[in-house]
Amino acid sequence: MKMKEKPKWYELLPGAVIDEPGNSVFYKTGDWKTLKPVVDKTKCIKCGTCWIFCPEYAYEKDEYGYFNPNYDYCKGCGICAVECPARCIKMEREED
Amino acid sequence: MAKRRGIEVSIAIAEAAALAEVDVVSAYPITPQTHIVEHLAELVANGELNAEFITVESEHTAMSAALGASLAGARAFTSTSSQGLALMNEIVYIASSMRAPVVMALANRSLSAPISIWNDHSDVMNERDTGWISIFANNGQEAYDLTFMAFKIGEHPDVLLPVMINFDGFILTHVVEPIYMFDKEEVEGFLPPYHHPYVLDPERPVTHGPVGLPDIYTEAKKQQEEAIRNSRKVIDAVWKEFDERFGRRYNAVETYKADDAEVVLVTQGSVTEAAQVVVDEMRKQGRKWGVVEIRLWRPFPFEDLKKALCNGSIKCAVVLDRAISFGGPLGIVMSEVRAALYNLSDRPMVVGVTAGLGGRDIRFDEYVRMFELGEECLKEEKEPDRVIIVGLRE
Repeated sequence: MKMKEKPKWYELLPGAVIDEPGNSVFYKTGDWKTLKPVVDKTKCIKCGTCWIFCPEYAYEKDEYGYFNPNYDYCKGCGICAVECPARCIKMEREED
Repeated sequence: MAKRRGIEVSIAIAEAAALAEVDVVSAYPITPQTHIVEHLAELVANGELNAEFITVESEHTAMSAALGASLAGARAFTSTSSQGLALMNEIVYIASSMRAPVVMALANRSLSAPISIWNDHSDVMNERDTGWISIFANNGQEAYDLTFMAFKIGEHPDVLLPVMINFDGFILTHVVEPIYMFDKEEVEGFLPPYHHPYVLDPERPVTHGPVGLPDIYTEAKKQQEEAIRNSRKVIDAVWKEFDERFGRRYNAVETYKADDAEVVLVTQGSVTEAAQVVVDEMRKQGRKWGVVEIRLWRPFPFEDLKKALCNGSIKCAVVLDRAISFGGPLGIVMSEVRAALYNLSDRPMVVGVTAGLGGRDIRFDEYVRMFELGEECLKEEKEPDRVIIVGLRE
């Protein structure tokens, strides 16, 4: 069942169950962040440590093997920048 | 035909869970409930009950595991008392909110401090607003029947709520009573298999217990409130079917000699039968007394209670609370009875008493005192704001 954005009480499933797997992609958490990770690809060794550690699965691998943050979901926690063995991720202030 | 045999009430309650062929027992021992889970552990160990017995490290985990099992499609049972229930509290609330029809046998015991292993109702009253269906048994037979029926009520697709059966610790749990015990063949077809409509299944993934942002939470709670209110239809239907098939009738509010009574004692649990004995004795002396018992605690039986207490005869209802709401009017049940009758012009006077805390026996003359307090209040035309503690040294 596709969940409505604002269901009425009788439209919720019992116990607020979600029976549409993976529908959290519709909820974009990217605007929570104040700092965003910026990857310096000249230093990146394509190890995927950022991808492994990211708690939001916000890193996506591109066709050249680099890992890029998806800013729609990245909450700006900075774990990737701390864990990166090549020190190629910097957290930069988001400007409106 | 059912055989009536002398059996310790705790063992009978365990047998009721076994009769329901529970899939998972997740429990931690605590006095005075221990014999129940001990007996279930024995049945599982002996191969007499095909269930998973999860030995957990705390009651918090006991309820967590029961909740998980229930949502994975297993019929789950647990049992506890007092501090155990208090430790469970977090998950007790979650179990009803996640609509997991766990059945819990609650051997009512007072809460510490001071440490007391004995009976009163402070444990269940502490959980009053957790969204469970809550039912009181007066004796071993009722505890056995109600535990068995609890699965049918909670698991009904229109209900999907956990059910707790209350019975007084020691006073019931540790006594041997003559109880009609069912054979499996006798109850054939009474309890249908359990199916949760959104069971945890890798073939059909669902999310249980998601975050409910402020846009969702209110609607989720309203839905839960409607669910427990609507459970009343199923509770009545199950009790009716049980009566038709096995000949024992259960009602949300039970009355005893209340039709022509002037003063009634409103009770819950094993004090009900003691009060009935007092009424029988005192009626020989011409005292028009009766007993009204609130068996179904949640969902609260507003209409049944109004009908029972506003029968044109009762002038005063003395409500016996077995727990205290500190800094409030003291009496939890008394407050609810008074609130239920508040808008009725012909309501009886409601007087609150408390007794039998922490396992103290309530003597015959103390029951008499409770009824007489009601008579005195009627005479003085004064409804006390606060509960009167009967049997207090002062």
